[in-house]
Amino acid sequence: MPQEIERQYKEILKQYVLQQTEQNLYAGQNFSRQLIRKNIAPDEVISIHKATLEEMFPELPMNVWNSFDLLIEMMIRYGLAHAEHQSLIQKQEELKVEMDLAAKVQKTLLKTTIPVVEGLDIGLISVPARKMNGDYIYFLSDNASNAGVAVADVIGKGIPAALCMSMIKYGMDSLHDAATDPKEILDVINRIVEKSVNDDMFISMFYGSYNVESSNFAYATAGHEPALFYNAKKDEFSELHAKGLLLGVVANVSYEQHVVKMETGDFIVMMTDGVTECRTEEGFVDPEFILSLIQSLRDEPAQTMVDTVFKELEQMQDFALRDDFTLVIFKKTS
Amino acid sequence: MNIQVVLKEEESFVIGYISGEIDAFTAPMLREKLATVQQKEKLQVELNMSEVSYMDSTGLGVIVAFFKNVNANNGHVKLTGLSPRLKRLFDITGLGEIMDIETDDKVGTNHETI
Repeated sequence: MPQEIERQYKEILKQYVLQQTEQNLYAGQNFSRQLIRKNIAPDEVISIHKATLEEMFPELPMNVWNSFDLLIEMMIRYGLAHAEHQSLIQKQEELKVEMDLAAKVQKTLLKTTIPVVEGLDIGLISVPARKMNGDYIYFLSDNASNAGVAVADVIGKGIPAALCMSMIKYGMDSLHDAATDPKEILDVINRIVEKSVNDDMFISMFYGSYNVESSNFAYATAGHEPALFYNAKKDEFSELHAKGLLLGVVANVSYEQHVVKMETGDFIVMMTDGVTECRTEEGFVDPEFILSLIQSLRDEPAQTMVDTVFKELEQMQDFALRDDFTLVIFKKTS
Repeated sequence: MNIQVVLKEEESFVIGYISGEIDAFTAPMLREKLATVQQKEKLQVELNMSEVSYMDSTGLGVIVAFFKNVNANNGHVKLTGLSPRLKRLFDITGLGEIMDIETDDKVGTNHETI
């Protein structure tokens, strides 16, 4: 124990014993903070107290001194608990650093490039509620005639979900042909996922593919939120429903596939439940509100649309997302 | 955020009453509680969810894992009392097709016939 600490404690104790003012107590309080910072255990503090008293009041009876020995013994456990707490804090810091690294790796690993095809404007935003994102976007395109997108949500959050995602990525990577039918894509990914995940882990996924020559948007869904189709001529939305079970529940599922023809000004909104299940203090955000918000942005570029919707909904939730938020818009411009 | 699970077991029949919100925080509690159900051949389970005000995908995961478990032993799981919001969740995910679910009003008529 450093001599300096003993000297300071002695001084504070002396002052208090002599004057007993609030100020003396306050000095003690501040000093205890310093001791905690220096990792001085409670039993050591009592040892100092005892030594100081021995100097100041050597005439105190023996049983008082003996009682201090018991108190020191009592405090040893507290000291150990404190040390344990300190080491947990350190471990937590280390974990935090590792999580940051993992999130960075996830970002790099799962990077996808927005396709460029004629007459189609694409906007994308994906924001995780926590460090690791449980939503996943994968674009499959030949950058000429076909632009496909997979929007997936891994049920289960955090690190396991993030690991699960690389599985989808490698599954999708194996499909080189951007003209592959959406239902076939879901079928392939379902087989991969079903073999490899736990019983309580599933993935919902929407796959949609736009073809430049036909202006057709073909889609299939595996238990995912329906996408929205905005018909510019009628100025109205409709949900793009298709039957299909979540990925990873059973091995053989046949997915339904539908096609919708897009005209100039039409757009398709694909999202995860972080958008539709958006909650504020007062309850769920009315889906009608989200629709009218998107509708009011219909003349903006696709990226501005998704950014604005996110900003609005983020603000309504007091900037604290409860779930990962992903929104993709395919807009036909010509 | 709270959840309550009451299970009544009688030979190969189990009825469970779930109430509250099932989300990422409460789902582990539901999972633990359902794990106490003794898995045996041809187990018949009914989970009454009429008091479930909210369920997210994490809760869905727990329910489906339980469903798969019971099915593996040739048993049967029925979910009853689903609110429209919950029903939608099962419909969208395609689980409504493979699971036995009943919405709120159907339960009412069932009780009358019992």
